[in-house]
Amino acid sequence: MNKQVSQMGVVALVLLAALIVGTTYWQTWANASLAERQDNDIRLVAQFTIKRGKIYASDGRTLLATNVPKRVGGRTLYFRRYPSGPLFSDVVGYSTSTRSQAGLERSYNDYLTGSNANLDTVFRSAVDRLRGATVTGNDLVLTIRPGVQALARRLLQGKCGAVVALEPATGRVLAMVTNPTYNPNLIEKHFGLATRTTGPCRSPLLNRATAGTYIPGSTFKIITAAAALDTGRFTPDSPFNDPGYCIEYGKQVRNAGNPEAPETFGSVNFAFGFQHSVNSVFCNIGKTIGAGTILRYAERFGFYSLPPLETPENERVESGLYNRRRLFKPRRPEFQVDPGRLAFGQERLQVTPLQMAMVAATVANHGAMMRPRLVERVVSPGGKTITHLKREQLGRPIKRQTADELTHMMELAVRGGTGTAAYIPGIRVAGKTGTAETGRPNVHTAWFTAFAPADAPRVAIAVVVEDQLNGFGGTIAAPIAREVMEALLR
Amino acid sequence: MFIARQDVVSTASLTYAGIFFALYVAAHLVVRYTVPFADPYLLPIVGLLTAVGLTEIYRLNPDDAFKQAGWIVVALALFSLTLFLLRYDYRRVEAYKYLFGLTAIVLLVLPILPLIGLTVNGARLWVHIGSLRFQPGELAKIMLIVFLAGYMREKREVLAQGRPKDWGPLLLVWAMAMLVLLQTRDLGGGLLYFGIFLAMLYIATARTAYVGAGLGLFIIGAIGVWKVTPHVQDRVTIWLHPWSEHKVSCPLSGQLELRQNCQSFQLVKSLYSIGNGEYAGTGLGKGTFQNVDGKQIIPDLNTDFIYSALAQELGLIGAAALLLVYMIFVLRGMRIALLSQDGFSKLVAAGLTFGFALQTFIIVGGILRLIPLTGITLPFVSYGGSSVVANFLLLAGLLLISNRANRELLR
Repeated sequence: MNKQVSQMGVVALVLLAALIVGTTYWQTWANASLAERQDNDIRLVAQFTIKRGKIYASDGRTLLATNVPKRVGGRTLYFRRYPSGPLFSDVVGYSTSTRSQAGLERSYNDYLTGSNANLDTVFRSAVDRLRGATVTGNDLVLTIRPGVQALARRLLQGKCGAVVALEPATGRVLAMVTNPTYNPNLIEKHFGLATRTTGPCRSPLLNRATAGTYIPGSTFKIITAAAALDTGRFTPDSPFNDPGYCIEYGKQVRNAGNPEAPETFGSVNFAFGFQHSVNSVFCNIGKTIGAGTILRYAERFGFYSLPPLETPENERVESGLYNRRRLFKPRRPEFQVDPGRLAFGQERLQVTPLQMAMVAATVANHGAMMRPRLVERVVSPGGKTITHLKREQLGRPIKRQTADELTHMMELAVRGGTGTAAYIPGIRVAGKTGTAETGRPNVHTAWFTAFAPADAPRVAIAVVVEDQLNGFGGTIAAPIAREVMEALLR
Repeated sequence: MFIARQDVVSTASLTYAGIFFALYVAAHLVVRYTVPFADPYLLPIVGLLTAVGLTEIYRLNPDDAFKQAGWIVVALALFSLTLFLLRYDYRRVEAYKYLFGLTAIVLLVLPILPLIGLTVNGARLWVHIGSLRFQPGELAKIMLIVFLAGYMREKREVLAQGRPKDWGPLLLVWAMAMLVLLQTRDLGGGLLYFGIFLAMLYIATARTAYVGAGLGLFIIGAIGVWKVTPHVQDRVTIWLHPWSEHKVSCPLSGQLELRQNCQSFQLVKSLYSIGNGEYAGTGLGKGTFQNVDGKQIIPDLNTDFIYSALAQELGLIGAAALLLVYMIFVLRGMRIALLSQDGFSKLVAAGLTFGFALQTFIIVGGILRLIPLTGITLPFVSYGGSSVVANFLLLAGLLLISNRANRELLR
């Protein structure tokens, strides 16, 4: 009998040993894949035990994101609160347990949770974990001026659109507003309420400044003009004759205004054509230099690539030609793209306000394009600056001389052309209006892009307002741009 | 050691630890007095397991820990009583083997009875009288072992011949196990009783044919039950595919849900808990058992799923150590069976020990997805009165047998 008892003993021990093997499997091999599972509450709780870093506006005092501690199950969890409500929601985003993350909360998650690879942070987080103390993330200080941000939001009230203001020499984003927007404090518990909109505007979660695409209309003439001047094919004095239309493919492409009797300027030069945004002038330029050249310059200004901002990739969109809602890069532009309509910003062009602001900032910065930046510095909980904003030149799309000639022409447009509504007494403003046809009669997308002061630019701006019935860039968007620029220059 | 463990949780529980230690010393003195030659390892092992369980239960739910402590006192009283009554010759019970067998069957049938039976988590394993809930299966297991040992010792030679008519008892017990399985809708219970039976039959007869046939029959029977019982089908689906990519119909809510959010919710959350332990564990008292909203993540955490709580807090090192302690218990138990002189003692000791190991395997193996999950308790560690009482009686049995075996060896 003893032999059988021993055998059964071995069977019993093998069964228990199998349990050790099973436990080893789940705790070592399968451990990582378990942690990745969406419904793993434990990892979620672990995220909330970290005291995320705070987010401040450029003054270092205005709090945009902070934590509310709450005792849950014998431990302190930190839940996010956004004291500024909807004012910064498109930039800051949100971090909740059920809706994951968006905005800088998402793209700077590593810094905010103290899990970035910075030596100081690694050391501090490790010590905190060993001591059992709360891991505290790093704080962010943004480049955005809270007062101007609030002003821009007020100006956009009741309209759908976006305002982006940049500092040309550094790429700092000084204001970035989109309307409609949402209250990030409601995302977690009242998602329906947070995303409800009143009025005609939809998609409050969309950051229109970086992911909203609009037909650029005449603001695109800056790029056409840049190409025309930079290639040396035209000068500001190049003569044109404007009969009120331009002939393309044997058909008339008319200037703005009443289609039966479009504005007609007769014998003009290039600068005048820019100042008064004469379509036929640009149509002829387009035919001369070709769609390929214009698109090449657009690309040099950053079209066809994601604007390199710090927000998550899915919250940014490329500017360029779009075909059936997809970015369209023509292989043989001379056959695939209408150069005349491209030259004055119609064709199938779609641009983001951020891209347009970058174009204005590049002209303002004498042709050097700076990388746009939202995060001024990252500060450790001890007050030590871990990283700070570094000026980074993305490229030089146009020559300095071209930029200066463009500046002059844009100044003319504000002083006595289409953009007079953006005139600020005592300050030289350079700007360009845009009134894009949307396909619906008399409903326009109103654009204005500008920079000031023209001789030593400190601010470049792009304003877009959607779906304006009989509204024009010069009347709707230019006044908004003027107020924001005034506030920034004050 | 117990004091140190309690201390980790809270300094205020020092008195609590003191009481536990006093109980342990009392039990030790009872053992010294009644069964002085008994195996010296078993009681400390049980003390350790009980302390680990109590600590974890206290950490999860202090109220339950106090109830559990009460049950331990009751169990110790019954344990002492058993030792006192049977200290001279426990083999008297062999004479009442049929009474034991009958009681075991009655206990097993109790939960099926309409008035007092209770269904918890789809399995009918509970009896309730007023507010007192009891799982009679735990006690039935021990009685069944005593009965089987007595019966097999008597019929050993006959059974070992393996003539066709000797297969009767095997088929009978198989049929009963299947009936239990069908009625209680509890896979693990059937497996446990039948496994103990097969092990004991093999020890008594040394015929592998019985084991092979028995296992084959069990598998066939289990497949049969699986075919006709939706509850068992569900358990198997959960075991094989706890995560579903697409939403499947959820019988709990009547809507379409991912399986991990419905039927296999408990198993999946328990696996997350185990996975979170990694090598070293989160540390006692530092595991995560509540979600962001403060809701308990794993239902039945301190009874059936206490292993996943321990595995998270103690890590692979602690969990493996715990399982090694179970292995030592099994080793000592089998050693007692080897040393004892008579067939009845051998069979009881081996049966109790194998049952102890098999029960541990069924619950922890279910949690680890080695086998379909069944809700039974982890001996000495899980929260549950019936379980604690039954396991202390099991311990008493082993101590009595080893006392006699060692005494005879010394003589």
